[in-house]
This record gives sequence, structure tokens and C-alpha cells, in this order.
Amino acid sequence: MKKLINDVENVVREQLEGMALAHPELKVNYDPYFVVRADAPVEGKVALVSGGGSGHEPMHGGFVGMGMLDGACPGEVFTSPTPDQMYECAKAVDSGAGVLFLVKNYTGDVLNFETAAELAYAEGIKVQSILIDDDAAVKDSLYTAGRRGVGTTVIVEKIVGAAAEAGYDLDQCADLARKVNMYGRSIGIALTSCIVPAAGKPTFDLGDGEFEFGIGIHGEPGRKRLPMTSVDEITAMMATAVLDDEAYSRTVREWDNEEGSWVEKELTDEPFKSGDSVIAFVNSMGGTPVSELYAVYRKLAAECEARGVTIARNLIGPYITSLEMQGCSLTLVKTDDEILKFWDAAVNTPGLRWGV
Amino acid sequence: MITKDQIVRWLEKTAAVLQENKSYLTDLDSAIGDADHGTNMDRGFRKVMEKLPTVSDKDIGNILKTVGMTLISSVGGASGPLYGTFFMRSGMAMASKEELSDEDLFKLLQAGVEGVLQRGRPNLEDKTMYDAWAPTLEAMQNALTAGMGTVELMETAVAACEQGMKNTIPLQARKGRASYLGERSIGHQDPGATSSYLMLNALLETVKE
Repeated sequence: MKKLINDVENVVREQLEGMALAHPELKVNYDPYFVVRADAPVEGKVALVSGGGSGHEPMHGGFVGMGMLDGACPGEVFTSPTPDQMYECAKAVDSGAGVLFLVKNYTGDVLNFETAAELAYAEGIKVQSILIDDDAAVKDSLYTAGRRGVGTTVIVEKIVGAAAEAGYDLDQCADLARKVNMYGRSIGIALTSCIVPAAGKPTFDLGDGEFEFGIGIHGEPGRKRLPMTSVDEITAMMATAVLDDEAYSRTVREWDNEEGSWVEKELTDEPFKSGDSVIAFVNSMGGTPVSELYAVYRKLAAECEARGVTIARNLIGPYITSLEMQGCSLTLVKTDDEILKFWDAAVNTPGLRWGV
Repeated sequence: MITKDQIVRWLEKTAAVLQENKSYLTDLDSAIGDADHGTNMDRGFRKVMEKLPTVSDKDIGNILKTVGMTLISSVGGASGPLYGTFFMRSGMAMASKEELSDEDLFKLLQAGVEGVLQRGRPNLEDKTMYDAWAPTLEAMQNALTAGMGTVELMETAVAACEQGMKNTIPLQARKGRASYLGERSIGHQDPGATSSYLMLNALLETVKE
């Protein structure tokens, strides 16, 4: 293993220390770990908090700032953060307008955020929790933990972050987050594995002549392992998995501030159809260069056009990574006027910046 | 009768046995999960050992709640909130108690398992720790009705727990990261059921001393 690290034990802390030095507009707390806007809490504004294992940078810490997240909780590499981090982070960013947790659907993240929501509520903080579950590689919600939260997370954080800046209240932010998540679908592929520093060896073995289709962001198994082929063929498969995916139903739990308890909601994502306008997000898993992402985008644009789907906006680059893994993911999010307005709004974070 | 000292010894034994079995649990987890269960549980119970001296003069409920809070804030993954909730709830059920009857011991575990059920919402045969706990509670309830003594009660409980743990091997996982493996999760013993068994067996060894 060759990595730019000192002691494996201190990887996350030292990376956070570097981030704090590079970005004085952010404040990093070390006990427990969380990153917040230096100007938090922002008076009268709903605060957005996300979090997850480290190793996906710039997500989530790199998306803290004006127009996106108020706080982010980094766990150890690929390990969920703990409720005390989320709870302390929520306290640090809450202006009284409430805190929205954006939670990627992984069992660890979900259970830790649910515990944190209960703690925050007990402390008198208004809290809402929206699950991001957009990975079309997972077909079935009945016999699995459901679709994983992947690329749509970045889009939700951007759009709802802008809405919170514009004065949306907590329920409106939660409704918008739920909508954007339901409009989004993703699929990922890996050409290589990645090496978790503490493990010191590749998470899985992938031969020179193969790629893994339908991978998660931690090297979870995909749908299938296939012989390596051209970018056009791979992109066509990915586009099909997203654009031709059928309706997806599942039950999610959301927090009810009135009752002080969890309520279950049955949600169904509708398939894409001709005439839809989308945000297209082509993402690198860390090891794939931007040049190759453009080759993916070239074919993706053709696949969208063939189905009568218009790409209204795009985002291309490494935004939700899996350490140094070679591979990419593709996310399409259906848009409407509300979503496009907030997508175009100003954002100023280390990882995403425009309009400022 | 189980004394407070025995509860503290149980926790110490649990910490020791989790440390001994750290690689074993991580190996089980690498087959169907993300290869961190042993490391995470060991880290959590090492923290519990640091905290324990500060609360050992408190009542049993208080001690167990402290264990729960410590696990919640130090384990991470799914097992942190699950075991954390287990001990928080068992602590709440044992509030202000300085010693426990056999009936209390059952209620302690029952309250913990109810916490796990609410947090993780497992069904039987989802291939989770609940598959080890459900038969444990049933066996204990029967043993109590039959009027067994503490050691015999715990022997019955551990035997049922071990069987429940082994029964997870042929199951296909429907919860957690292992569920994404589908049929590939069949043939592996569930790591959470295994750590639960180790924990319960440490309680048996404590009451046998």
C-alpha cells in the first residue's frame, strides 16, 4: 500500500486539520469530529447537517458553506459517524429554525442518525430527517436494506441548501429534499478496488480484464462482474440502468416533531419518461480522470437524447468518491422550475462554488 | 441473586472476550459485511472499561446506561446504536437496583432486546443478532417457569443463544450491508449474532464463578 499518510490511526484527524488550515471560513471541531460554517448558526435559517464515513471527499465536509450544508460529521474511513457527533453538530448550527438531517441509506448511518434525531429532539431542537436512497443497482427493497444513498446526495445538498438560504422553513426543506431524492437515480461502476488505510489491502479483487457493474461507494458488491469493454458500451449499460429503471417503492421512516416519534411513509419513485428535463451528474470514484468522465458524458448525452430526455444542467468531476478507486457513477435527477432555480443559486463551499 | 459486582465482572469479561475474538468477529464480518465488527466492538468495550471505574459505586441501572451511552458514542457502524440501545434500555429497566433476582436478569435482557427491535426493526430469520436473542428469551422464560436456579437458567439461555447463532449460517441476509449480497450471504454465520452469544456466555461464566 502506498498512500500519503502518517499513522493509519490519525488519518481522519490530520486530514481535518489540513482542511481547517486551508478553509478559515469553516470551523472544525475535534471532540467529537464535525465541520461547520464559521458563521453558524445563521440567524433564522434552517440548518442542513449531513455526515457519513470519510473517504468520499469532497463529500460531505467539502460541501459545508453558504448555499449548501451548515454542518458535516465525518466518521472513520467508510465507517458511519456516531450520534454524539451529529447531536453536537446539530446544536452548533441550530438557529432555532430547526435542523434537517440528510442521511444516506446505509444501515449504520441510518441507525446513528435516528439515535441523534431522538437526542436532538429531547434537547428541544426541531429536527427532520430525510433519507437519500437512489442507487438503481439495488432492485429490491423487501429483501435488502433498500437502495443505497449515492450521487443524488450531492444534488440534494446543493438544492435544499439554496432553498434554506432563500428562507424555506424546516418542513419545506424536508419536502424538497424528499422530492429531489425521489427524482434522482444513480448507478456506479468500478474498474479497480480501493484500499482502506486501516485494512492495508484492496477491499475486493477485480481482475485486469473485468469491471464491476452496480457498485456502491464503499466497494459493496455490484449487480455483476463483466469483461472490460469500451466506454460507450459501459455508459450505455449505465444509462439503461438509470433511464429505463422501473418504479421503485419502499417504506422510509421520518421524524414527527409534533408526536416526538418516527412515522413510516410509503414512497414510490416514478420512472423517467420522454419530455423529462434532468440534471446529469457524471462523477469520478477518485481514480478516474476528468477526461474519461467527458467520454462518459458524450455517450450519456446521446442516450438521453435517444429517449427524449433533455439535459438541463450538468455536473462533471470527482464529488462523491471512494478513495482512489477507478470508476465512475452516473446520476440523473428530474428537474422542475423550483429545482432548477435552486440549482442555479449561488453556492460557496470548498467543493462546489458558483455565482459568487 | 446477582450482585452489582457480578454485573461489573460480566462487563469486564465481555470486554476481554471481545478483545480475544476481535479477529474472529472481523473475519466473519469480512465475509458478508465490511470487516469492522471486531475492531468496532473492541474499541467500544475498551472505552467502557475506561468509564466503568467512574460509575462502579452507582446502581446497576446507572452502570448499564453508562455502558449504553459509551457504546453509542464510540462504536459506530450499525452495532454502535444497536448495542448502545440494548444497554440503555436494560439500564432503564434496572433503574436504582443494587442486586438482581433471576426474574430481573430476564427483564434486563428482554428490555435490551426490545430496544434492538425498535432501533433495527429486524424480523426473525433476517440473519441478525435478533436470531440469537429471540430463542434466548424464550428459553429463559420457560426456565423461569420451571423454577430453575441462576446457573441452570443461564446455561439454558446460552445453549439457546448458541443454537440461534448457528442457525444464522444457512439464512440469506435481509438486513444491513450483508443483504446486498443476496444468496451469497448464505453459508456464513452472522457476526452480530456471534458477538451477542459471546456477551451472553460471559454472563454465564460470571454467575458460575
